[in-house]
Amino acid sequence: MKRFLGFVKKEFLHIFRDYRTLIILFGIPTAQILIFGFAVSNEIRNAGVAFLDLSKDDVTRKLTNKIISSGFFRQTENLLNYNDIDRILKKGKTKAVIVFEDNFGKKLLKEGTAVINIVADGSEPNVATLVTNYTMAIVSDFNMELNRSGVSNVMLVQPEVKMFYNPGLKSHFMFVPGVITLILILICALMTSVTITREKEFGTMEVLLVSPLKPIQIILGKVMPYFVLSFINVILILLLSWFVFGLPVKGSLVLLLAESMLYILMSLSLGILISTVSTTMQQAIFISLIGLMLPTILLSGFIFPIENMPKIYDYLSMILPPRYFITIIKSIMIKGTGFFNIWKETLIILIMTLVFIGISIRKFKVRLQ
Amino acid sequence: MTNNTVISVHNLVKKFGSFTANDNLNFEVYEGEIFGFLGANGAGKTTAIRILSGLLEPTSGEVTVAGFDARKQAEQIKKNIGYMCQKFSLYEDLTVKENITLYGGIYRMDKKLIKERSEELLEKLHFREYENRLISDLPLGLKQKLAFSIAVLHEPRIVFLDEPTGGVDPITRRQFWEMIYETASRGITLFVTTHYMDEAEYCDRISIMSDGKIVALDTPAGLKRQYSAGSVEEVFVKIARPSPLGESLSRNSGRLG
Amino acid sequence: MSKVIESSGVSKKFGTIQALKDISFSVNESEIFGFIGPDGAGKTTLFRIITTLLIPDSGNMQVMGLDTVADFKDLRRNIGYMPGRFSLYQDLSVEENLNFYATVFGTTVRENYELIADIYSHIEPFKKRLAGKLSGGMKQKLALSCALIHKPKLLVLDEPTTGVDAVSRSEFWGMLRKLHKHNITIIVSTPYMDEAMRCDRVALVQSGRILSIDNPQMIKQGFTRKLFSVKASGKYALITALRQYPGTVTAYPFGDSVHVTFSGNRLENSVFDHLKKMGIENVQINETEAGIEDRFLELMEKDVTA
Repeated sequence: MKRFLGFVKKEFLHIFRDYRTLIILFGIPTAQILIFGFAVSNEIRNAGVAFLDLSKDDVTRKLTNKIISSGFFRQTENLLNYNDIDRILKKGKTKAVIVFEDNFGKKLLKEGTAVINIVADGSEPNVATLVTNYTMAIVSDFNMELNRSGVSNVMLVQPEVKMFYNPGLKSHFMFVPGVITLILILICALMTSVTITREKEFGTMEVLLVSPLKPIQIILGKVMPYFVLSFINVILILLLSWFVFGLPVKGSLVLLLAESMLYILMSLSLGILISTVSTTMQQAIFISLIGLMLPTILLSGFIFPIENMPKIYDYLSMILPPRYFITIIKSIMIKGTGFFNIWKETLIILIMTLVFIGISIRKFKVRLQ
Repeated sequence: MTNNTVISVHNLVKKFGSFTANDNLNFEVYEGEIFGFLGANGAGKTTAIRILSGLLEPTSGEVTVAGFDARKQAEQIKKNIGYMCQKFSLYEDLTVKENITLYGGIYRMDKKLIKERSEELLEKLHFREYENRLISDLPLGLKQKLAFSIAVLHEPRIVFLDEPTGGVDPITRRQFWEMIYETASRGITLFVTTHYMDEAEYCDRISIMSDGKIVALDTPAGLKRQYSAGSVEEVFVKIARPSPLGESLSRNSGRLG
Repeated sequence: MSKVIESSGVSKKFGTIQALKDISFSVNESEIFGFIGPDGAGKTTLFRIITTLLIPDSGNMQVMGLDTVADFKDLRRNIGYMPGRFSLYQDLSVEENLNFYATVFGTTVRENYELIADIYSHIEPFKKRLAGKLSGGMKQKLALSCALIHKPKLLVLDEPTTGVDAVSRSEFWGMLRKLHKHNITIIVSTPYMDEAMRCDRVALVQSGRILSIDNPQMIKQGFTRKLFSVKASGKYALITALRQYPGTVTAYPFGDSVHVTFSGNRLENSVFDHLKKMGIENVQINETEAGIEDRFLELMEKDVTA
C-alpha cells in the first residue's frame, strides 16, 4: 500500500510541475464549459432579417413591427423585389427574408388567409431552422391576437417556408465546408510544424544548417509536399461530396480552388511559425491541437453559428483564420457568390499569411540559439 | 566472497521471432561478487539483463535469480533486486529528497528506515546542499552516484548496473567504482555492464558475449593469460565481433543507437 | 603550414552555466586534433561554435581564414559535420541517406567515392536497409560517410565513438587515420582517454577550460611526479589501506592495479610495512609510466584546488 501511495504522490508532483498537463486538466474544461455554455444555444439573438413588403399596409406594418420588436431579430434591409432576395442572402448578414404578398391586408380580410413567405438561408441549416421556427411562432401569436379582437371571420396568416440554396436542409451542406476548413488547417499547420521540429529534435537540423542549403530552401522543401497533397485533398473531398452527398459547387470552381490555395498557403505559414517557437514535436503537436483544432471546431462557425454567441466570442473568433475561410467556402459552394462578396475575407486571409511569413522569417534561427 | 550462488543460468535461450538474441547461455554469479558483463553492441547483453531482472521471459532454459525462478516468479525477483540503467532511473522534475522517498516507498521500506538511510546517503555523498534541488539541475557525476545509492537503498541481494559510468569524468568514475567496491564488501552482488575496458579489470570475474553466445568467462587475470593479452581490451578485440543487426530489437544503448 | 582553426579567448555562457571559458588554441592543416574530456566539459558547445551554429559571447573563432560569425554562409559549404546525436534519417535507407547528403552539397556519391570506399564497404551490403535498423557501429560508419561525401576540408566529429563497443571504436580510428592522406583536417571530441593516443595533438578539457594542449606523448611526459603501480589481493582493501598511509598523495584505481604518488616522490619501505599491517597480501609495487589519464587526473586535481 505504501509503495502505491508513494507512486501516486509522484504522479501528482509530475502533473503540477508540467504546465502542459495543467492546461489540459484545468484550462480546457474551463474553456469548454464557457464555450459550450454560451456558444451552443438553441436561441437566436439579433439574427438579420430583411423584409420584402409588396403590400405596405397596416397589417404588414404591424406584423413587421412585431417581428422586429421580438428581440430575436434585427432588421437589415427593406427589399424592393424578388431579385433582391438572392443578392441579400448572399451577402451573408441577412439570415432570412420575410415576404408579404401584395394586397396582404385585403386578402386577409376578404379571404381569411394571406401568405407570408419566409425565405431562409439554407446554407446554415441550424440558423435557418431556428429563424423560421421563431418567425412562425411570432406569426402564430399574431394570429391569436387577430382573432381575439372578436372579428367574425377567422383570419390566419399562412407562413410558407423556403430554404434558399439548400432546399432539403441537408446538414452536409454545413459540415462539408467545415470539414474542408478543419482538415486543411490541421494537415498543413500541424504536419508542417511537426516535420520541421522533428528535424530539430532528432538533430538532423544541425547538419542541414551546416550545409549549403539555405534556410529558405529547407523551409520551402519541407512545405512543398504538403502544399501539393493538401490541394489534392481538396479536390478529393469535393469529388466525394459531389458523388456521395450530391453536394455541388454552385459558384465558380476556379474561384474555390484559388481561395483554397490561399488558405493552404496561410495554414502552411502558420505551421512554420509554430515550428519556430517549438523545440520538440510534442510541443508543436500540443500547440497545433490545443491552439488550433479546438478553437476551430468550436469558434469558427463550423458547427455553432457565430451570430448566436455573445459578442466576446465573436471578437475572439476574429483572430481565427478558419472563420473567414468557412464563410468564403460556404458562399462559393452553397450560395454561389462571386468574388465581390468575399473580398474582405480573402484580404484578411492574405494579410494573415503575410504576417505569419514575416514573423517566421524573423524568428527562424539560422543558428542553434 | 562466499560461494553462495545468487544467479544461476542454465541453457538460457531467448528468441525474438527467428532472431536468437541469447543462444544457450550458461553461467553462475556468486554472492558478493562484482560480475562484469561485456559484449559488443547487438551481442545480446541487454536482453540477458532484462531476463535476469524479471523484465523479459526466457524462451527456454532455467534462470534463477536470488532464489526465484525468472519465468514464474518474476515479481519476486523485482522485489529483491536493485536496478540502475544508463539513462538514469531518477525523475528529473523531482528533487533529490523526493526521489529517495519515492523509491523508498516503492521498495516498501518503512518511513523510519527511509529517513535513516536517506540521512546516511546524503552525508556519505556530501549531498546535504542538494537535498531540495531538482535532479535536472545536478551535474552528471552526482546524478550517477545518487542513482546508484538509490538503487541499493533497500540493501537488495543483487544490483544490476547497465553502463553506469557513461560519459562521466575520470575522477567521478573512480569514486563511483569505490562506491561499488564498498557495496560489494557488504555482501551485495553487483552485475555490471560497461564499455570501459579498464572497468572490466575492476571486476572479480567477467564474461564476454558475442553474437548471442558467451565466448569467455573468467577472472580478468585468467582471461589475459588465456589469450596472451596485456589488457582486457586486447582480449575483447580478439574474440568479440560486433554484429550488423540487433539494435532494432533491443533497447538503444549509447548515443549512436 | 596554415592554421585551419584559430581560436582566441572564446567564451560561452548558457544562463548561469559557463560552458566555455577563455578557450584559445589552433589546429594545423591535415592534423587529427582531439578534444578529450568528460560530459559537461564543453566539447559540443565548442564544436557548435566552430561549425557556426552558435555565436560565442566573447572571443574570436577563425576557421579556414573565415570568421565563424560573419562569414558563416561561406564556411558551411566546406565543413563536414557529424554531431553527437544520431544525425541520419532513420526512416531512409543507407543509400538514400548518402545520396541526400551528396546532393545537398552539390556533388554525387560517385564523385568522391574513393574517399569513403574503405568505410562504406562495411555497410554496402546493407545499403537498402533503413538507417534506423542498423547497429551502433554501422550507423557510425554511415554517418561518417555522409559527412565525408562532399570532400570537406575540415571534418568535425562530435563524440563519434560514444556508446559504441571497443572493436568498432578501434576500427573507426583506423578509418580516420587513413583519411590523413587525403589532406583533410579532422577534429574529434571523445570522453575516452585512450583515444587521445591516436591523435596528432590533443586538448584536455574539463568544465569549459583547456587543461593542456600538446601531442599526446608530450602530455604524458608532463606528469610531474613519479608514478607507481601497486598490485595486491583485494582491490578495495588495497585502496583503503593506501589512502590511510600518510605518505600517499594520490591513489587511483587503474584496472588491475592502483596508481599511486608519494609525498617524497619515491618508494619507501614503510609502505610495505603499512600494507602488511593492514593485512594486504601479495603486494607488488613497480614504477610505471604515466598515461594520458593519469595526467588528466593530475590536471583535474590542480584545477579543482586552484
